[in-house]
Amino acid sequence: MATEEMTGADVLLKVFEEEEVEVLFGIPGGVTIPIFDKLYHKTEAGEIRFILTRHEQGGAHAADGYARATGRVGVCTATSGPGALNLVTGLCTAYMDSVPVVAITGQVKTAAIGTDAFQEADTTGTTMPITKHNYLVKDPAELAHVVREAFFVARSGRPGPVLIDLPADVSAGPGVWTEGDMSNLRGYRPPEKGDPEAIAQAAAMIGQGERPVLYIGGGVIAAGASDLVKELAEKTNIYVVHTLLGKGGFPESHPLSLGMPGMHGVVPACYALRDAGLMITVGARFDDRVTGDLSKFAQGAQIIHIDIDPAEHNKVVRPDVAIAGDAREVLAQLVPQVQARQPGKWEEQLQQWREQYPLRYNQPEEGIAPQYVVEQIYEVTGGQAIVTTEVGQNQMWAAQYYKVDKPRHFLSSGGLGTMGYGFPAAIGAQVGCPDAVVWDIAGDGSIQMNIQELATAVINKLPVKVAILNNSYLGMVRQWQELFYDRRYSGVDLSGNPDFARVAEAYGAVGIKVEAPEDVRPAIEKAMEVDDRPVFIDFAVAKEENVFPMIPAGKSADDIVMSQPN
Amino acid sequence: MMRHTISALVENKPGVLARCSGLFARRGFNIDSLAVSITENPEVSRMILTVSGDDQTLDQICKQLQKLVDVIAVFDHTEDATVERELCLCRVKVDRESRSEVIEICNIFRGEIVDVGENALMVEVTGDEEKIDAFVKVLSDYGIEELVRTGKILLVRGSQAT
Repeated sequence: MATEEMTGADVLLKVFEEEEVEVLFGIPGGVTIPIFDKLYHKTEAGEIRFILTRHEQGGAHAADGYARATGRVGVCTATSGPGALNLVTGLCTAYMDSVPVVAITGQVKTAAIGTDAFQEADTTGTTMPITKHNYLVKDPAELAHVVREAFFVARSGRPGPVLIDLPADVSAGPGVWTEGDMSNLRGYRPPEKGDPEAIAQAAAMIGQGERPVLYIGGGVIAAGASDLVKELAEKTNIYVVHTLLGKGGFPESHPLSLGMPGMHGVVPACYALRDAGLMITVGARFDDRVTGDLSKFAQGAQIIHIDIDPAEHNKVVRPDVAIAGDAREVLAQLVPQVQARQPGKWEEQLQQWREQYPLRYNQPEEGIAPQYVVEQIYEVTGGQAIVTTEVGQNQMWAAQYYKVDKPRHFLSSGGLGTMGYGFPAAIGAQVGCPDAVVWDIAGDGSIQMNIQELATAVINKLPVKVAILNNSYLGMVRQWQELFYDRRYSGVDLSGNPDFARVAEAYGAVGIKVEAPEDVRPAIEKAMEVDDRPVFIDFAVAKEENVFPMIPAGKSADDIVMSQPN
Repeated sequence: MMRHTISALVENKPGVLARCSGLFARRGFNIDSLAVSITENPEVSRMILTVSGDDQTLDQICKQLQKLVDVIAVFDHTEDATVERELCLCRVKVDRESRSEVIEICNIFRGEIVDVGENALMVEVTGDEEKIDAFVKVLSDYGIEELVRTGKILLVRGSQAT
């Protein structure tokens, strides 16, 4: 029933209230003014916070960072056409990494849809393959349950982004309030508990399996199953390897943690997967950056694959036991059924590899070692910070040298590999966790992809710290060109970069420039003292430092390159 | 490469076909034929598709389809006893001599002449894929001017629901 007072925008905001949305990131525009007009009263009353980003992509990544850090659904908004299209990279980033985000986009009036109206774009058509689901709401009577559904779909099952496209006449016109029901979701039935028979079979395999390894991914963190993974590992003395997104799913300081395998993983983790006899996979999806050459990956292993998305079973690797269910629910049933197990020869071997192949780097002749910067941030923050990364060398050094013990403390674009993710994600994480220390480990290339969000962080007094590992290159591409293309450095030279410290200062942030190794730690300590604005530290790192170990693309753990070839 | 027939019950909403076909394109699934139609329930449509691929591809197609929020249920009919039909319309060249032959062939296949032109006949035939293939092959000797075929539709035999 339409009431005179309520508009579509009111309906939207009332469902936000139901969903306990505390913050919205993004930018308004012509067709979302009716929403912002209603939001005005809510923000004035302090009922909801609106963080105005300087680019819609920043808004999408901030909502994503907020969601990953807090476990809640992140919400972002943009106007029609260019605004909505600027969300695309952020939505796809969230989609690839299974992050719950709801995006509200404006659309031209329903009567104008399809006429190439001003700022009209086919937003639902564009975002169909990069969202978990999306809606174009043409009927005001559908709005309330669509918004409810969107939140439910975003956070349930395998989480992901959901977009709602809202024509201006639907948000400005008379609203229809309907009470909640999910009857329209008859086709949506994510598995929860997992098949008890398969779980019993998995328990038996773990009891008998030789050379077992736990291989955990982001699903463990999404499901809140870290404590159960720890219980399982400790009960069975099985060593744990984690993916990039699984970082923090099992404490890296734990004696049973072997670290990250894959293209830039540590040697013991790579060898453990290569030689495993039993792989217990929880919330991970056998990404090519982990497996390398599939024909040589885990050839002798029986595989248990626990994943909430049944489509992940048999997509890349054929598991011997597939369990479709929420990692927490499945492990809660599995752990009591598993027999305690003592470490043996296999564990001795893993331990030996760990001692034999520690992570290491050389002090460069010129410039600061980037790994040293990350180590120092780790030490100064006591490993307690929420760390975001950009993408490329900075991301891999952060993954290697910043050890994470707690879930939701390492936020990185793993699947899509989005440069420009880290800084806005750090802003979102800081908004969601105001008391946390948040660091973005960045490169000089990546930081320039969303550097405009300095304004957002300054205005909102967010003390996000950004460590720019500045080598004046698009470093990861340069590394590949050095190693595989005879040093033909093509299109990677970033010399002529701005003075990042002065850029930061121009925005009202603190800017620090560090050129000598002995100044690294004092600069980090100084940044830690700032609590009312962002800090940029521009570290002049060694220009041609490479990330090692490295398994070249399409190769296997046998081809691992431990350090710089001569 | 085996041929498989899959049916999916989907919400009768705008954009559902685009979601499904977009998924096939993005994941590189080869769809040989596709038919979408209403069902006994006006809120639900049925999609029937034939695909070529190994067991893993089939498994992925079914699971990825099932993941779409607007897809209610997915069935693999490879092992089922089914009644399958396609419809074919075909305009065949004829002259005085061949006209009666074409009519005769049409009768053998229980087809119908649905339009008569000066130098051509339009024929309609229904049946499973093999029958239509055979029909088209025979008529091709006379010269096919135009041809159109629907995708396959089917129902499972007996009282079992499709």
